[in-house]
Order: sequence, then structure tokens, then C-alpha cells
Amino acid sequence: MITVVYFAWVRERIGVPREEIDTKAATVMDLVSELTARDPRYALAFSDLDSLRVALDQELSYFDAPLAGVGEVAFFPPMTGG
Amino acid sequence: MRVSVQSDDFDLAAELRGFGRATNTGATVTFTGLVRDDTGQLDHMEIEHYPGMCETAIAKIAEDACARWSLTDCLVIHRYGALKVGEQIMMVATAGRHRVEAFEAAEFLMDYLKSRAPFWKKEVSKDGKSTDWVRAKNSDEDALKRW
Repeated sequence: MITVVYFAWVRERIGVPREEIDTKAATVMDLVSELTARDPRYALAFSDLDSLRVALDQELSYFDAPLAGVGEVAFFPPMTGG
Repeated sequence: MRVSVQSDDFDLAAELRGFGRATNTGATVTFTGLVRDDTGQLDHMEIEHYPGMCETAIAKIAEDACARWSLTDCLVIHRYGALKVGEQIMMVATAGRHRVEAFEAAEFLMDYLKSRAPFWKKEVSKDGKSTDWVRAKNSDEDALKRW
């Protein structure tokens, strides 16, 4: 099980702020493919990966990063702080 | 060094009382970001944040600034939640031996907070009909290259 959290319009498109996902995905990209196949909501949220960022255990990461040992994956648009 | 991620407003004067008072401080710089309305249609901004990652990411950015410019003090406050036009969103304060260090470190902090601190802003119009997520600009990312 892995905790997946969403922010901003990614959260709005998927419809939940967080969920527990039972997955054997080896990388972030594998997880994205798995979710995209699951429901159109995910397909919509993940339709343009260039406009998305990913964090693993609250650190910015990459879509080809491995998920082994990761407890929390976060998907969100580019940040707009300040 | 102090970092605070909070929903409450802050009192700039109170925050600066005692800030950077080390005897080797020669300059302090402060920056405050406000909710701006360009069109006359904005009611408020909703600022969403990633609890936990926000604090860690900002602390890392502030530590980098402290080390690079040998700051004598550094303060970052960033708010989240619904903020009306004119409200304070965030502030940074830097204290250094000379003004160049304090100014540069403040700009570095602002550039990094903009693109690397996990906040997202949504603009909500007065009639409530329009809600738009503020999009990150390419220039925000480019701004990091100068550091």
C-alpha cells in the first residue's frame, strides 16, 4: 500500500485529496499508467505530465524514480508560492 | 533562522522586533507579498499548501541562503487559506553583514519560494463564478538559473 496525495487542480480532477493505493508499481510512471487505466478521472489529471510535478516522501522527484520504500507519493502542478 | 507556515496574519513590526540583532549585522532587508487585484474582479485567493513538505522545503531554502550569504539571521513566514485582496501572503527578512548580502539573499529566497515551496494559488472572483489556478510562469523557473 502506498499513500497518494493530490493538490490544486490535480486534486480537483481526481476528486479526492488522498487515497491509499494497493499497487506493485515499480516507478512513478508505472503508478501513473496504473491509475490512468483505472478511471477517466485519472486519465484527465495525468493527460499532460509536463505540467505535473511529483514528490516522493515530501521531496521533489521524477516520473522515472523507483517507488521501492516510498510511503507517500504526491502529484501537483508547478508550485506558485511567494 | 525561523520558518513559519500559518493561516493567521502576521504583524510585520512585531516580527522584526529583535530580528537580526547580532552585533555583526550591518543590514536587514524585508520583503512582503500581498494579494494583488489586476482586474478589479478578484475577491480573494485560496492558497493551498502541502503540510510538512512546505516547512521542510522552506527550511532547506533558508538554510542554503544562510550558508551562501553568511546571514546573521533569516525569517520566512508564508500563509495559506483564503486571503482577501490587500492581505499579506508572505514575508522574508534577511540580516547580513552588508546590504549586498541581505538584498541578494532576500531575492534568492523569493525566487526559490516561488517555484520550490509547495503552495498553489487559486483566484476567486467577486461574483464567485470564476475560479482560476494561478499558473507558474516559465520566467519563474528561469529566475532560478541566475543562482
